[in-house]
This record gives sequence, structure tokens and C-alpha cells, in this order.
Amino acid sequence: MAVATPQRSAERAAAAINQTAPSRSGGERAFAGVLFFATIIGVVVLAVLLIDILLDGLPRLNWQLLTSYGSRFPEQTGVLAGISGTFSLMALVGLMAFPLGLGAAVYLEEFAADNRFTRLMEANISNLAGVPSVVYGLLGLSIFVYVFQLGRSLLTGALTLSLLILPVIIVAARESMRAVPRAIRDGGLALGATRWQTVSRQVIPAALPGILTGTILGLSRAIGETAPLLVVGALIGQRASTAPWEVFDRFSALPIEIYGLIGRPQAGFRESAAPAAIIAMLVLLLLMNSVAILLRNRYARST
Amino acid sequence: MEQTAAARMRPATASQQTGPRAETSQPRSSAAPAQVVFDVKDLSVSYGSHVALGGVDMQIHKGEITALIGPSGCGKSTYLRCFNRMNDLIPSARVQGSMTYHGEDLYARGVDPVVVRQRIGMVFQKPNPFPKSIYDNIAFGPKVNGMKVDLDEVVETSLRRAALWDEVRSKLSASAYGLSGGQQQRLCIARAIAVNPDVILMDEPCSSLDPIATARIEDLMRELQESYTIVIVTHNMQQAARVSDRTAFFTTEVGGETDDLRSGRLVEYDYTENIFKNPGDSRTEDYVTGRFG
Amino acid sequence: MAAHAGGESLLRTVRPRRGEQAIVLTLKACGAISILTTVGIVAMLFAEAAPFFRQIDPRTFFLGTTWQPFGSDPNNFGVLPLINGTMLVTLVAMVVAVPLGLGAAMYLSDYASQRVRAVLKPTLEVLAGIPTIVLGLFALTFVTPVLRAVFGTDVQIFNAASAGIVMGIMIIPTIASVAEDSMTAVPSGLRESAYGLGSTRRQVVLKVVFPAALSGIVAAVLLGFGRAIGETMIVAIAAGNLPTITANPFSQIQTMTAYIVQAVGGETPRGTLSYQSIFAVGALLFLLTFTLNVAAQRFVRRFREVY
Repeated sequence: MAVATPQRSAERAAAAINQTAPSRSGGERAFAGVLFFATIIGVVVLAVLLIDILLDGLPRLNWQLLTSYGSRFPEQTGVLAGISGTFSLMALVGLMAFPLGLGAAVYLEEFAADNRFTRLMEANISNLAGVPSVVYGLLGLSIFVYVFQLGRSLLTGALTLSLLILPVIIVAARESMRAVPRAIRDGGLALGATRWQTVSRQVIPAALPGILTGTILGLSRAIGETAPLLVVGALIGQRASTAPWEVFDRFSALPIEIYGLIGRPQAGFRESAAPAAIIAMLVLLLLMNSVAILLRNRYARST
Repeated sequence: MEQTAAARMRPATASQQTGPRAETSQPRSSAAPAQVVFDVKDLSVSYGSHVALGGVDMQIHKGEITALIGPSGCGKSTYLRCFNRMNDLIPSARVQGSMTYHGEDLYARGVDPVVVRQRIGMVFQKPNPFPKSIYDNIAFGPKVNGMKVDLDEVVETSLRRAALWDEVRSKLSASAYGLSGGQQQRLCIARAIAVNPDVILMDEPCSSLDPIATARIEDLMRELQESYTIVIVTHNMQQAARVSDRTAFFTTEVGGETDDLRSGRLVEYDYTENIFKNPGDSRTEDYVTGRFG
Repeated sequence: MAAHAGGESLLRTVRPRRGEQAIVLTLKACGAISILTTVGIVAMLFAEAAPFFRQIDPRTFFLGTTWQPFGSDPNNFGVLPLINGTMLVTLVAMVVAVPLGLGAAMYLSDYASQRVRAVLKPTLEVLAGIPTIVLGLFALTFVTPVLRAVFGTDVQIFNAASAGIVMGIMIIPTIASVAEDSMTAVPSGLRESAYGLGSTRRQVVLKVVFPAALSGIVAAVLLGFGRAIGETMIVAIAAGNLPTITANPFSQIQTMTAYIVQAVGGETPRGTLSYQSIFAVGALLFLLTFTLNVAAQRFVRRFREVY
């Protein structure tokens, strides 16, 4: 008996461990599994979406789709108006948003005193990033179309998109300038360079890859934007294409053409022409993002 | 409070007019008193409400190497940054008292810190070359200062004077980041020389270098002394003893009503030999003999 | 001053740096554009919506249950159906996005290895970068047929559920990244002391990390909420254009954003009541998202202050 007691209690303890251990580690494993599922489901949906679009769109994706205007027949329609519009918009948006965004970022990061106006500007920029894009469309409609009398023109579209992506560019440019060591600024100033000389010749060049990456990401956001362009009055499915210098002409854009195709009653537009045009748009986005990643990697290696 | 501290310092520091303890001994052979480049009177620096450095009186002489030593946090780097107004870049920093450069108030209204920094160059603790070529690193200063000079020539002379020319002459267009730490620091010295300054400030220039690179920089300082006035902050007492003509010893003390904020004070300023062999203050003696700090 | 009077100053500029001043002023002007944008948004919404409220009693607008803005009966300008539509879609989206987004945040902050993170995070970001018009088409041509296959033809072709589900998926990266930021900001000392007391990983995540990161998590949810309310193309394509008051996610509805797109798509002439109603709805939308963003920023600042 004297021997059996500790033995039995040891057995009981072992049993207890055997009982709790599997349930506890099972619960742990299940929880980890649930979390992994939550993370991966977005990726799965992304994959399903891409496969779905590719299956529907690839058979219809051909040269003709990219080089003709809209048509009454799904098999003859094309999105040339959208492609030319998107390229023109991007050229203008890049031209306007890059210098403005960089200027604002340089001011906030290098020159602004820590005062109320600066803090207001900063809070304002993060708020603007959260304003729905359709509201930017209303801004463009009211201010650019009517107050500035620019009409439903390419310029109106480009101005609207520029304001929309400005916060993206400003935030990215500030981040990459902040990554430039203070010692570089001190070194420039200690040589008798002015602040602007130091910033323009040392800080901005050092931060440029990051700034360009941010700009490209901003532009690729602008490529997909549909709502604000609809609101300012982009043309849908018409035989109009615009070059970047035809700023007062009416315009279309790739996502606008896609929206037009989705809205047509015949299934051929929605179920094959639209996915085909989407593939074209996604390829464009992929190209731009690859350039951005390439820039970022080269930057990471060189410093 | 401020005044009593300054008053307490004064017997230990040099007399304001005649330079450091001129009456005690003159170890070096200079017969005529050296020209005063900087005349500092009752200078203090504060960050917000914290006084980082208080009540400094000191004269810095032309063609000499002046070393600033003391334990970390004693305000010696802060002090060094007053000479070329680098403290201006810290919004909360405030400099009080007077500091003149060849008789002209450095902090007077209308003085342009950019011009100040053209005349008074600086070399930093960690080598900070620009992420550009060796050539562009040197050429930047002359370019932004609008100096009408032959850039190739300036690059070569500056690199020669910094004893770097032979090592880099064949790769002037290579990135400065490819150089060793010691080479980078000499490049930064060459960069400072290129704008033809009058004074070079050095903030612990050897702290990130190995002994061999340190020795080269020290040799270089001796050579540069011919043409420039040099003020160097160092945590290395042997370095101060080896290279400097005069040495200022700073320490920390409780700087206000609150005990946790410490403030720097100048304890003693004298010829280097006196500081190390015959210090006038027991705290200096404790520090240079390694008993504290 | 003495030296200055005696000879040439060594330290003063020969000529003032006008160019530099002009450049800084230009840079400041660039920064001011962001403020002008906000001012412009508020001003134009106010200016265009004010005449609307001169004709339509605000009580009718906020409390009315009929939205038929293309006629001229002032009683048909009740915005509740649009709010109902927006909230219904948003609710579906949040039901999808909050658990999945927070789960993903916990996984990325406390479970995933460095390598897995390096793959999953950018992939999730890609999801956030897909143009919403693509997601709209996906909702209409893929998710809706799936819903109809599962729940039968009670599910209308245009419905709140499929738009909401896809929108929820779209918002996962937003919620996950903000929540993960706040979870990784929780000091490792807190985690270690909990592990030291014998806690399992699940206990540490749920009982230590989650509460400690709560303000960041709230911010993440608010930001996601704001994005859902403002999202336009998914609902314009997949949720329909029928302003209704309903709690049934399978029925066709219209959101505030979809109304704006529908109304301007018809190129409603300026000055008409319908045109002004677009801006009244836009102002309401802006007010809602603005409030959510400001609140979210408050919470973000709070977790930044703590750690």
C-alpha cells in the first residue's frame, strides 16, 4: 500500500497529462489553423478571381479588341478609346501629381516648422486619403467642369485623379526622405550649402527611387479608378480617342470602357469582352508594379 | 543659480582676457600671443528648459589645435556645434551668451549661418560621405558656394592635403561608399578643406575608426594645423594629449532644480601639457588620471 | 558689430537669398494644395447641396422612406432607402472583413514565420490594389451565381450580399495591416512574461496581445468601415439600383455611392433638383466617412502614444 500510493498518483498525473495535452494542443492547433485560413482566404479569392477573369477573357483578348472602338456587336467591339484615354490621363496625372506631391512632401519633411499649420496639413493629408473617390468626382464635376469651365474634358479627368492620388505620393515621398540619414543633411549644411541646396542635391536624389516607387503606385491606383471619372463625365463606348495634348477634348478611360461593356445587355459584352479588357488593364498594372518593385530593390541594394 | 555656477567656475577656468593661465607657464615657444579666432563669453546652450551647457568662457587661437574633453553628456559636442551654428538646426536649442569670430558676433542678427559654415567647416563623428562619387563629394562644396575654381584642381589638392589622393586617384568616379571607414573620414576632411575654410571643427572624428586609421587622421591634423585652426572633440584623452595645443575639460553637474537633468560645465582650460601634468582642478586630475569618467 | 563697422563683415550674406525664399514658398504652396482640396470639397458640397435643402425639408430628406429623385415630388426625396442600402452592404462586408482581417493580423503578427510573412503580406496588398470595377464584375458574374446555386432563386441577380462579400474581401488587407501594426507594436516583454507564466500562444494572442492592441484594432475596423461606406463600383455593378428599405441581403438595393454614379451617368442637368440631390447625398457620404476617419486617427494616435 505504501508503495502503491505514489505509483497510483503518478499514474493519475500521467493520465491527467494525457487528457489535457491533446485537447490543449488540439485547441492550439485548431486556432492556428483558423488564423491561417483567415489569412489565406484573401489569397484564394484573389486566385479564383484571376482564374475566372482569365478563363472568360483570354479567348476574346486579341489585337482587334485593343485597336478598335466600341461596336454594337460584342465580337467586334474594342477599347481603343479607353486605352488612349488611360495613357493620356496617366501622362497628365504624372506631370501634375509628381511635382505637386514631391513639393508638398519636401516642404513638410524638410522645411515646415512644427506648428499648428503643419499639423493641420498633416492631419488633412491623412483625412484626404480616406475620402471616397466618388466624392473627388463630385469635386471635379463642381469645380473643374463648372466653376473653372473646363468641361467634361481630359484635363478635368486628369486634375481630379491628380488630387485623388496626391496623398499617396506625399506619404510615400515623405517616408523615403525620412529614410535618408540625418548625417547626409548635416554634411551638406556643414559645407555651407543652403537648406534647399542640400535637399535638392543630396536628399532628393538619395530618396528618388522611393519617391518614384510611390508615384508609380499612385498612378497605378489612378489607372483603376472608375467612379470619379464617371462622375466628371467620361465618355462610354464612343469613337473618341485622346492624345495627352488634346486636354480640352472629351475622353474615356480603360475602366470606363470596361464599365460600359459590363452594362450592355448582351452577355457577350459582359462575359467575354469585359474580362478581356480587364486582362489588358491588369497587365498594365502588373507592368507598372514590376517597375516599382524593381526600383525599390535596386534602391535597397545600393544603400 | 546660473551666475553662482559661473562664478564657481571662474577660478578654475582661465582669466577671460589673457588666455589660459598665461601667468603660470608657457610651455610652447610661441613668443607673441596667438591671434584669437573665437572669443566665448558666458555661453550656455539649452534645449527647451534643460540647460545642456552653462557659463563657458574660452578663447580659441589661430593655428592651434584645441581639444575638448570630458565624460559623455558633458556638452562638449553641443558646444562644438555652436561654433558653426549647427545647433540652429535643432528647433528647441537656444544659445545664450556671446561668441565672436574674429571680433564679429556669430549670433548677431543678420549673420548668415550658411556663410558661417562656409568659413567654419565640420567633420562628424561617423564618416558621412554623400551617396555619390568621390569626385562629387569633394566638388559639392565649391559648387554650392559658387566658387569660381577649377574643380578638377580643387578635388586633387583637397584629396592630396587629406592624404587620400594616392589611394583614390584612379577611382574618382567610384562611389564613396566603397571606401573603408578611415578613407571615408579622410574624404570628409578633404570635402571640408575643399571649400577653403578658416576653421575645421571635428566631432570625435576617430571614434569609429581602428588605431591605424586613427593614427593617420592624427598625423593629418598636425599637417592641417599649418593652415587651419582646428577644434576637436574627443573622448580619447591620449588623442588630446598627442595632438592638441590646448585642452578644455568639461564635466557634468546637476543642472537645475531637478536632479535627473544634468548640465555641462567647463572645468578647466589650459595648455594641454598643463592639463595633463599639472591640472589646476582636482576634477581634471581625477579625469585625466582615469579615476573617473 | 564693431568688426562690421571697421571693415567688411565675414559672416553676412552679400545678397539675400531670394531664389531660396521663392522656392520654399513654392513648396509651401504645394503643401497648401492639400488643404485647398479639403476646403474645395467642403465648399462645393455645401454650395451645391444648399439649394437642395431650400426646396426639400431636411426632415423629409433624413426621415423620408421614398427615394425617387428623378420626379419632382418633394416627398420622394427621403434618403433612408439609400442609407439602408449602404448599411446593409456594409454590414455584410464587415461580417466578412472583421473576423478575417483580425485573424490575418493575429496570424501575421504572432504565428507566421518571417518567410511566410514576406510572401503573404505583399500578396494581400495585391488584393487591395485590384481595381474595384474588376471586383464588381467578379461579384456579379461569379459570386452571385454561386449564391444562387446555394440559396436558390430568392437571391436576386443584383443583390446586397454578393457585393458585400466581395467588398469584405477587398477590405481584409486594410483591416489586417492596421491591426497588425498595432499588434506588432505591443512590446515583446508583455508577450514574454505571459509565456513565462506558462501561457500558450493562443492565450497570449487573445488575452495579452489583443487587449493591448485594442485601440489599433478599433482604428482598423473604423477605417474598414469607412472604406466600405465609400466604395462605389462594386455596389454600382453588383448590388443594383433600386432604393429600398429592406433587411434582406439577397434583394436588390441602392447605396448612396451607387446613386451618385447612376444620377451623373444620366448627365443630369445642372441646377435641377436631381442634380442638387447628388450633392446632398455626397455631403452625407463625406460627413460619414470623414467622421469615421477622424475617429480612426484618434485611435491610431492612442496606440502610437502608448508604445
